[in-house]
Amino acid sequence: MQPLTNRAKAVDRSPMTFLEKMYVPAIAKGMGITFKHIFKRKATVSFPEQRRQFSPVFRGLHILNRDEEGRERCTACGLCAVACPAEAITMEAAERKPGEENLYREEKYAARYEINMLRCIFCGFCEEACPKDAIYLSETFAPSNYQRKGFIYGKPDLLIPNPKQQDK
Amino acid sequence: MTFLSIDWFFILEKILLISAVLVLSLVVAMYSTWGERKVAAWIQDRLGPNRAGPIGLLQPLADGGKLFFKEEIIPTNANRFLFILGPSIAMLVACMTSAVIPWGDTLTIAGHTVSLQVADVNIGILFIFGVLSVGVYGIMIGGWASNNKYSLLASVRAASQIISYELPMGLALIALLMLTGTLSLKEIVEQQRHGLWNVVYQPLGFFIFLVCAFAECNRAPFDLPEAENELNGGYHLEYSSMKLGFYLFAEYINMFVSSALMATMYFGGYAFPGMDSLGVSPNTLTILGFVALFVKILLFIFFFMWVRWTVPRFRYDQLMRLGWRVMIPLALANMLITGAIVLARQH
Repeated sequence: MQPLTNRAKAVDRSPMTFLEKMYVPAIAKGMGITFKHIFKRKATVSFPEQRRQFSPVFRGLHILNRDEEGRERCTACGLCAVACPAEAITMEAAERKPGEENLYREEKYAARYEINMLRCIFCGFCEEACPKDAIYLSETFAPSNYQRKGFIYGKPDLLIPNPKQQDK
Repeated sequence: MTFLSIDWFFILEKILLISAVLVLSLVVAMYSTWGERKVAAWIQDRLGPNRAGPIGLLQPLADGGKLFFKEEIIPTNANRFLFILGPSIAMLVACMTSAVIPWGDTLTIAGHTVSLQVADVNIGILFIFGVLSVGVYGIMIGGWASNNKYSLLASVRAASQIISYELPMGLALIALLMLTGTLSLKEIVEQQRHGLWNVVYQPLGFFIFLVCAFAECNRAPFDLPEAENELNGGYHLEYSSMKLGFYLFAEYINMFVSSALMATMYFGGYAFPGMDSLGVSPNTLTILGFVALFVKILLFIFFFMWVRWTVPRFRYDQLMRLGWRVMIPLALANMLITGAIVLARQH
């Protein structure tokens, strides 16, 4: 067969010489290699203090977006829940009442919107499915909690702060 | 200070010295666990424990506390008496060997001359060998009493391994004894203080002793009795809580003591070059000598760890072949050559 790479090397099956049979030179060589590694750069990232650089397409925890006027973009169409392969998203829709136009962008909104972060696989399909640009995967990651129910993120956890209220 | 014809100062001195040596070996064993994890990490391009205290220095305390508070389990079908006896023997024997090692020259405190050696017996080396060979009983009894086939296999391995490697170790020592003409460790050190270190005269003997020390301490590459991945931890498989801690501790103390032994017998002990032309007071010189011995010991302990993270474990037949067909003939040859040279120099 044609060799696929130029790295192929014939195995040396010649009987070992006396020096090789002693093993001591080989062990000394190996110990030289391990000793050199003591001074090499460490691969460890000391996590809470140091953080790795992520690529721009990194998919972390979700956020629910607002528009320029601070209104929730989500209309509770349920496409993200349908797209979700892990079935992590649950929502309940509600109708916008008169006088709530400054809160919700469309006539229908999500009264309840929950993502189970233990089920979520961070594939980003919800982000792709959303027709209203309402859900995005951010760069925050590694949620931690003492209880399972703490991993079910509701609207207060997901919604980004209202830009209008922040201005004040 | 004599009362009832007993020198009370002598007894006080020895009690203090014994406690100091005991605390020293325990602390060194404790921090060897930390050191081992650090060395392992560095060799594998990691950082090692660094969360408990500065650079992880409180890690051994955390580990020890954890071991103390763990549930103690004695298997139903285990022999209760022997099960407890095993780790006790291992720990006792490990602590006993440090008694004859000269940790330094003499200190003069308030007119009294205090020797930094618990017992300067004239059969120091024989004492260590006698005590060390009792150490295997700790492993054997523990493995047998656990009533578990892995533990039993491991203790059988340990017994035959230690017997096989004690022979070349003893033979390597005989060559050293022919050279020095004494069994007292103190005298061996004093001879090296005024001459060259014994490793210059006995390079092969030292190498054999080093390899055998690895086997006696059950350290990699000869860690077959506690091979984690084939025997689930070996003879201490059924042990939990501080009884397990004692076994692990005994291993590290053994490593410390054999490092001290090698430093004493082959690398000049507390003597260091240019020691007698330094011109400082005898007490300072003694302390400097102790520091020198300690540095040598730490270097040996580092060497033990360095080898562990480089050389893979031997197979059992390889271990036996190395012991009986390589080490013993080499040690015998070393002994014969040394004997011939000693004889030739006498005439």
